[in-house]
Amino acid sequence: MTMASETLSDISGGNRYRALAARRILLITGLIAALVVSVATDMALGPASYSLSEVVTAVLWPAGIDVQLQVVIWDIRMPIAMMAVTVGACLSLAGAQMQTILANPLASPFTLGISAAAGFGAALGLVAGVAIFPAAVQYMVPLNAFFMAMLASLFIYGVSTMRGVNVETIVLLGIALVFTFNALLALLEYLASEQALAAVIFWTMGSLTKATWAKVWITGGVLAICAPLFARNAWALTALRLGDDKAASMGVNIRRLRLETLLLVSLLAAIPVAFVGTIGFIGLVGPHIARMLVGEDQRFYLPASVICGALMLSVTSVVSKMIIPGAILPIGVITALVGVPFFFSLIFTNRRRSW
Amino acid sequence: MVNLTLSGVGARYGKRVVLSDVTSNLLVNGELTAVIGPNAAGKSTLFKRVADLIGGAGVVEVSGAEAASGRICYMPQDTGVNAVLTVYESVLLAAKQGGDWRVSDQQLADIDNTLDALRITELAFRHLSELSGGQRQLVSIAQALVRKPGVLLMDEPTSALDLSRQIEVLTLIRHLAARMDMTVLIALHDLNHALRYCDNVIVIAEGTMVASGPVASVITEELLRDVYQVNARIECCSHGQAFVIVDGTVTN
Repeated sequence: MTMASETLSDISGGNRYRALAARRILLITGLIAALVVSVATDMALGPASYSLSEVVTAVLWPAGIDVQLQVVIWDIRMPIAMMAVTVGACLSLAGAQMQTILANPLASPFTLGISAAAGFGAALGLVAGVAIFPAAVQYMVPLNAFFMAMLASLFIYGVSTMRGVNVETIVLLGIALVFTFNALLALLEYLASEQALAAVIFWTMGSLTKATWAKVWITGGVLAICAPLFARNAWALTALRLGDDKAASMGVNIRRLRLETLLLVSLLAAIPVAFVGTIGFIGLVGPHIARMLVGEDQRFYLPASVICGALMLSVTSVVSKMIIPGAILPIGVITALVGVPFFFSLIFTNRRRSW
Repeated sequence: MVNLTLSGVGARYGKRVVLSDVTSNLLVNGELTAVIGPNAAGKSTLFKRVADLIGGAGVVEVSGAEAASGRICYMPQDTGVNAVLTVYESVLLAAKQGGDWRVSDQQLADIDNTLDALRITELAFRHLSELSGGQRQLVSIAQALVRKPGVLLMDEPTSALDLSRQIEVLTLIRHLAARMDMTVLIALHDLNHALRYCDNVIVIAEGTMVASGPVASVITEELLRDVYQVNARIECCSHGQAFVIVDGTVTN
């Protein structure tokens, strides 16, 4: 029997599986390549446009370029571009694992109230001048946002440790937090001065423009810590998707896995939000796109979620600069406008397999 | 070779005792033991207790060479799942039992053999969400068998299968139990399957064990009347196989 006459049924399942795995690795590699192009484009666009070759030269051989280009790329645009990558990656990874442990396709930092809590914390500083950490008043807004986000996360974590609490309870609790913090935020907005109100609204729209290398390193550092910890639990997290009974019968400690994951997810969701404000959609849609592309085997799903989230936010950053030349629109608004049509197209072409 | 001994086994959910006093030393390797009883009698609870998924009274003792590896495999009743995984990946999950990210050729060969034994190779790269209830049940069985357990607990593994598939699967399980020296507990609603394929039976009703022993001597007309509230006859066919004929419920 020649190779030409071999049909799919003649190929062993093992070989087909290895081919499937190879295709997924190739897909993830392609996503990484797309991300690199997007980041380079992000750095090329701005009030002064540069070509991609200039950007590549500035990144790889910074000593050989003029000072103005060096400052624009390294001190202004690269922090923003890298912030998009790290924040997008963090939010998407957080959403991916929230959806995994809660068995809910709508779970994300946004829908579980973490982003709303952060928004309220930021508003406390912007409207009422309340600094939760008075010793660091110059970082009042991000620290307030981080504290409230972690408070909401730890509250969810604490409730989930109680006996008798199931995933449905946690999801409902998240929804309750969303409504609660949005109501408190609305109250602050009602009482705010015009200037404070504008600042709060701008913060809730999300922005990458205040990115600094310190923030990039912190966000990237959180990602670098959490991702390997999730990778270590890849098999158990995937098994969880077969149902609690089946996963437990395979030896997965369901309760401990959920708690560990929830704690890491809290960190992943709180820190980016503290730095860039409320960016919805990435944490919800990034994992869904990854799932449609590579399935839910965490060995592929985890890196794909990270890269999809980073790519989505990076592309959004590019688009936010292109709509009105010379201006950068709020990133949180653009993520939905850019992401929704793309997400719809994926849903309608993959509806049999999607969650 | 693994033997399973249950001594006064009970189970509770919180403070509520839902199962008590299940004792059996009939669970030997190579044999099938049916667990029968009405709905909500405690059959699934017994399986979860034996698999150490819930706590409770009594002792579950697993003895034999496989005991050291703790290979008690529980196949739950519920097969509904909406994970975006192929059949092959879901069986690989069960075969890997944790471990690192690498997949060995031996693991892939085991999966191929298991799918082939259940005649579901053509489903290998279909997604779980695309399968019918019966197909999902076969995949669940594959996930259990690929682990090569010493003790296999199957909670109604054939409830969604058509008649020919039921016979095929039960015949395969009986064959594998003998060949692999597995101890198998299998929850069944069809008493004729219990009579035909199982060696022993444990009868659970209202959270307690009401009878246990060789299947032909335990399943009697009196037991069926007491446990299931049905009037039935036990007859023998020309091949000597006993079977149950239900005439009606006791209230009728």
